[in-house]
Amino acid sequence: MRYWSLLFLVTAALCVGSFVYAMFDPNWWLLHNVSVRSPLHFGAEIDRLTMLVLAITGAVFVLTMLALSWALWKYPASPGRVAQYSHGNHKLEIVWTLIPAVILVFLAFYQMGSWADIKFRSRRPKSAPLAQVTGRQFNWLVRYPGVDGKFGTTDDLHVINNLHIVKDQAVLIDLKSQDVLHSFFLPQIRLKQDAVPGMTIPVWFDVDTPGTYELVCAELCGWGHYKMRGLLTVHETQAEFNEWMTSALAEQNQTQPAGATAPDAQASDPATTATDPASSTVERS
Amino acid sequence: MSKKKSPASNSGPESIDLVATSHAPADPVSPGAAPTHQDHAHDHHEHPGPTNFLTRYVFATDHKVIGIQFLVSGLIFFIVGGLLALAVRWQLAWPWTRIPVLSSMMESQWQTKGQMPPEFYNKLFTMHASVMIFFVVIPILTGAFGNYLIPLMIGARDMAFPKLNMLSYWFMWPAFIVMLVSFTVPGGAAEAGWTAYPPLSVFRHSTPGSLNGQTLWLMGVLFAGVSSIMGSINYITTVLTLRAPGMKMFRMPMTVWSMFITALLQAFALPVLTSAIIMQLLDRTIGTNFFIPVGASVANEPGPVGGGQPLLFQHLFWFYSHPAVYIMILPAMGMVSDILSTFSRKPLFGYKPMVFAMAAIALLGFLVWGHHMFQSGMNPLLGATFMLSTMVIALPSAIKTFNWIGTLWGGSIQFTAAMLFATGFVAMFVIGGLSGIFMAATPIDIHIHDTYFIVGHLHYVLFGGSSFAIFAGLYYWFPKIFGRMLDERLGKIHFLLTFISFNCTFFLMHIIGLRGHPRRVANPYIYQFLDNPGVHFMNEFMTVSALLMGAAQLILIYNVLASLVAGKRAPDNPWRANTLEWATSSPPPHHNFATIPTVYHAAYEYSVPGEAEDFIPQTQPLANLAPSPALATSSHA
Ligand code: HEM
Ligand SMILES: [Cu+2]
Ligand SMILES: [Cu+2]
Repeated sequence: MRYWSLLFLVTAALCVGSFVYAMFDPNWWLLHNVSVRSPLHFGAEIDRLTMLVLAITGAVFVLTMLALSWALWKYPASPGRVAQYSHGNHKLEIVWTLIPAVILVFLAFYQMGSWADIKFRSRRPKSAPLAQVTGRQFNWLVRYPGVDGKFGTTDDLHVINNLHIVKDQAVLIDLKSQDVLHSFFLPQIRLKQDAVPGMTIPVWFDVDTPGTYELVCAELCGWGHYKMRGLLTVHETQAEFNEWMTSALAEQNQTQPAGATAPDAQASDPATTATDPASSTVERS
Repeated sequence: MSKKKSPASNSGPESIDLVATSHAPADPVSPGAAPTHQDHAHDHHEHPGPTNFLTRYVFATDHKVIGIQFLVSGLIFFIVGGLLALAVRWQLAWPWTRIPVLSSMMESQWQTKGQMPPEFYNKLFTMHASVMIFFVVIPILTGAFGNYLIPLMIGARDMAFPKLNMLSYWFMWPAFIVMLVSFTVPGGAAEAGWTAYPPLSVFRHSTPGSLNGQTLWLMGVLFAGVSSIMGSINYITTVLTLRAPGMKMFRMPMTVWSMFITALLQAFALPVLTSAIIMQLLDRTIGTNFFIPVGASVANEPGPVGGGQPLLFQHLFWFYSHPAVYIMILPAMGMVSDILSTFSRKPLFGYKPMVFAMAAIALLGFLVWGHHMFQSGMNPLLGATFMLSTMVIALPSAIKTFNWIGTLWGGSIQFTAAMLFATGFVAMFVIGGLSGIFMAATPIDIHIHDTYFIVGHLHYVLFGGSSFAIFAGLYYWFPKIFGRMLDERLGKIHFLLTFISFNCTFFLMHIIGLRGHPRRVANPYIYQFLDNPGVHFMNEFMTVSALLMGAAQLILIYNVLASLVAGKRAPDNPWRANTLEWATSSPPPHHNFATIPTVYHAAYEYSVPGEAEDFIPQTQPLANLAPSPALATSSHA
């Protein structure tokens, strides 16, 4: 029954095919990358590495599946057929150890530079942090230092679930958590960093296109984890950003006079949709 | 490696009475005839099994009965875990809609017209993974196959410590019970994922499942771990001391090698998990603060004063759990190696490189745990070194894959159900190994960490890998274990449907994960970038495929039950295989062998030129090759 080999061949073809199809369907594939033409362009870097690994692993996948299917096709049991008597082959063994070893070690070293740029603390922008982003079940609390440039003073601006930045400017964020783990995930920038209570973790990035982008919580943080959605708003110019900041501060002063503490996390929750059943245990004693 | 110089020097430690009766050296096996009871009337030691029902089937010390116990409870939990997974999939495809059966069952408790509450979704995936890992894959691979096969394959009468072996099974029961009971306690079952990261898992009010369920979860994992430790000590001792005369280390079949190396992994890694679990238990119960930092709190409670480190738990957990993923794949690799060789009628390609690759995986397995923590806040400098070690560990996996294909190459391949699943294992492991490289690359992992890409990866290695190997092993050893043949035709249909629906269920997860679909979210469509026809289609397609895959398992269940009752009687060696378990009856007698067999060569002498048969059991010398000097002294033939 050599025809079993076709099952493996067809499966391999469909696997490759689904990736090829996905690349042409914007509803399937990687999100439009908005960290490409900006100075840091981390998104472009990560996409480039992803495609490189995809090409290498794709080639290895196709070759091994071809070899496997071929062996199944070529050597089925049949009357009179005797298997070769062989315990192995040292030369082959060395070849197929060395080639993947070289590829894998190359891949590891090839990635180091980008990893360092994106995450090594020493590479962070020298500017002061633009904002603190704090995870708290199930919201992103954003705090800007206000006019005095210092966090924790009365003129701080508090925003919930919306981080505003300016196009093409490398921003530094201090990432924190008040309760459990969360993860700050911006899929359109290919950026992710867990937020850990007790730690302040610097995160830096930039965006090349103004607009609003979704901020995902990617680390399980409790019953409402799925709705811990935030937004990243990117302004075209610094002036536009300043305008937003002024009006937001004015609004804050209206609803709660300066000096009030951070707004209650439960306050507004843009993420909850009407169809969500409320947690049956929200109101615990 | 082997301490034994000649077969005659060993008949097992004399202190253990059940092996002391073996007279192997004085009782050579004549070439050409597999030894059975009848051939050896002069060596007629009775090894009657216990006659009492309780000691025979319940508190049994016979490794075969214990193996079957692990197998049965494992397969039952396979069904439980599978149903939990189907509910997860249903919610992802059609969020908040009524789920057949489940919604009706839970209606009064949920008070939501049959919509599952979000925390229930979290319970589903938490318990699905915990059940599958701790109650199904590890116990079936090591507990069931390890227990059943190790003594038979090395020619021993039982494990070195039969009572400990019995305890290792019965320690699973408290684990089973607390896990199942946890669904009924206030707050319900655990919700912190199988990884149980604090502080979510420690703060009692962080999520309903952390109220009480998490404590029970921790106790369950603790008991399962104790069971594994007992098993591993037993396996290590058994392999080192109870091998039959002539069974040098480098004559052992890959299955035994893999179980041996796995046992070593467990013995070294489990204590670390155990301490982590106990520390978390103490954090939850008496307020130690190993993992909770100063000031962190949920639900406006006062935060702790003394501070701990959430990342400490992750380090301890993954120091065990990365080796644990190899605990779940090495035995599978060993079993598949043996099955591929048998049905290719060809020696295993590169036996020693295969053993060394396995040893390398086990050693390197202790140096890569940080690859689960690249985005955790761990020092990124460490991430860079863990990337290198992780890339390197992919190497032995690649070597093994090439050797499996080398085994098929030039063979005379018999497409039995066991062989199909073993070949399926190889193909699926290729995908799982290659997807691992994306995540090993730290920059790429920034994007795909905690997305469905990870879920795709782990199911290709754990379902396409470990579980396919479990199926292969079941089709292969069922005749030995139960003395009945499984229906081959049903087996092939089962393979075909499982293979297709498996790939339809899990392959698209890579694509959806690259898009950014996070894992562990009860309703992905909260996010606009996921609320589009493409993602809806993929999620629904995966769910329908998963339902079909579940349905396909009914064929296996039917096949097993029907064959147990009315299957064809199995001959002693239905697959014409070489290893020792086929040299005794099906099923084997109480102490396995009427006479302890003598081993003359490694397990893979298939299609030896000039031999009458295309297989030469390990109990039979090669006619055309001069026996090794060590063997010549003991061979009376
Ligand atoms: C070729 C070798 C492999 C490589 C390079 C590799 C790499 C990785 C990496 C880097 C991760 C972490 C990804 C992340 O969370 O961002 C991961 C996750 C995982 N791997 Fe592998 N892996 C390999 C083989 C295996 C095998 C053989 C198994 C099990 C049989 C396995 C099971 C898992 C599981 C269960 C997870 C997910 C854990 C979780 O977060 O729940 N992997 N793998
Ligand atoms: Cu979250
Ligand atoms: Cu790992």
